[in-house]
Amino acid sequence: MTELGTPSFKKTVVELLYQLADDDFILACRGSEWLGLAPHIEEDVAFSSISQDTMGHAAMFYGLLEQLGEGNMDELSHAREGSQRKNAVLCEIPNGTGHYLKEPRYDWAFTVVRQFYYSIAKKIKLESLKQSAYEPLAHAAVKINMELHYHILHWTVWFKQLILSGGEAKQRMLEAIIRVEQEFGDVCSLGPLSAEMANLKLIDKEDVLLERFHNSVKPVFHTLSIPYKGSFGYRSGRGRFGEHTQELQHALTTLTEVYRTDPAAAW
Amino acid sequence: MTWHDGLNVEEKIRINQVLQSVKDPEIDSISILELGMVERAELQDGTLTLFLLPTFMGCPALDIIKTSILKAFTKVKEVKQMDVHFIYHPPWTSDRISEEGKLRLKEFGIAPPMKEAGTTGEWQAACPYCDSLYTTLDNLFGPTACRSILYCKSCKNPFEAMKPVSNWM
Repeated sequence: MTELGTPSFKKTVVELLYQLADDDFILACRGSEWLGLAPHIEEDVAFSSISQDTMGHAAMFYGLLEQLGEGNMDELSHAREGSQRKNAVLCEIPNGTGHYLKEPRYDWAFTVVRQFYYSIAKKIKLESLKQSAYEPLAHAAVKINMELHYHILHWTVWFKQLILSGGEAKQRMLEAIIRVEQEFGDVCSLGPLSAEMANLKLIDKEDVLLERFHNSVKPVFHTLSIPYKGSFGYRSGRGRFGEHTQELQHALTTLTEVYRTDPAAAW
Repeated sequence: MTWHDGLNVEEKIRINQVLQSVKDPEIDSISILELGMVERAELQDGTLTLFLLPTFMGCPALDIIKTSILKAFTKVKEVKQMDVHFIYHPPWTSDRISEEGKLRLKEFGIAPPMKEAGTTGEWQAACPYCDSLYTTLDNLFGPTACRSILYCKSCKNPFEAMKPVSNWM
């Protein structure tokens, strides 16, 4: 059993774990909605594999919360209302208009930019978490980072190629970058206990992580000869503070439909 | 350190034999031992506790593997109770696959992982059918989380390869 020290240490670890778990959970859900709709069959295979990995990462974080007495991990992932979630709003935004079963008008440019930005931000957090004062989280970070390596390679290829292809693809990518950056402040936020997280050496300070993000992404923009603004907002809300769009609740309702019919079922 | 450090010779031989019979449900030529998934086995007063390392965390085969293990050990009279735990420290890395395991993968049409992948994600893999190195990567992601799809330009067969997973990643 890991030494948890003071109640405030535990409270802060729990807060951080909910952010990490809920981010991966809802983004994996959005990713899975692309199954059968991705631009080509190789992408269908790749994106569903990435989403499966990401759901596996969410399960690790929910598992750590279960070990800390927060409740059963199936409940944590399925039974919590949207208003209780700590994910960044960017992760819950739908892939486009329509529904995945009916007239999906999904936006591939938005998806590529969201996945690329998110994967880099996740990588930067994980590198910091490898030194976390909470050892089980540090171990999880090492494992997840190995899988994330392949996600980053994948999204970087899409990001670069769509921009370099010029024409409508480039135009749509540039628009998607603006849209993602308008929400990206939330992804970089560590929420109300941000200062405590850094003080307790659970993760580096927000501004340190943000600087590392800029340093990772800026050279990519440079090689693509497009300007990097790097100014991030909270257009649709602050998910770390419990602000969410209605779309989150819609997604959760769909995702948890089977769970709610029989919460005691063995999976 | 090996998985059987805590066991005596007889226990080791017996447990080894059973673990060897538990195959990866998605690659049924290779055992979980050859894949390097078994980190530690402890036998105390008839209770066997196994610690396994998942290859990839989202792998849906984990529950099936656990069920296969429990089933396989029902035939072992020395084992009265059993616990199977999946742990991720240390992380599973592809260099844990044994030499025998690499042959079993090849037999199934899967190229074993290369020791090191370049930072670009490209790596050299020999075709499991004709051993040619004249191959290309078709998709980093394959039918399961741990596999990629490649193509052999010599014998013109598509094939799969285990993704390299290393500590430097």
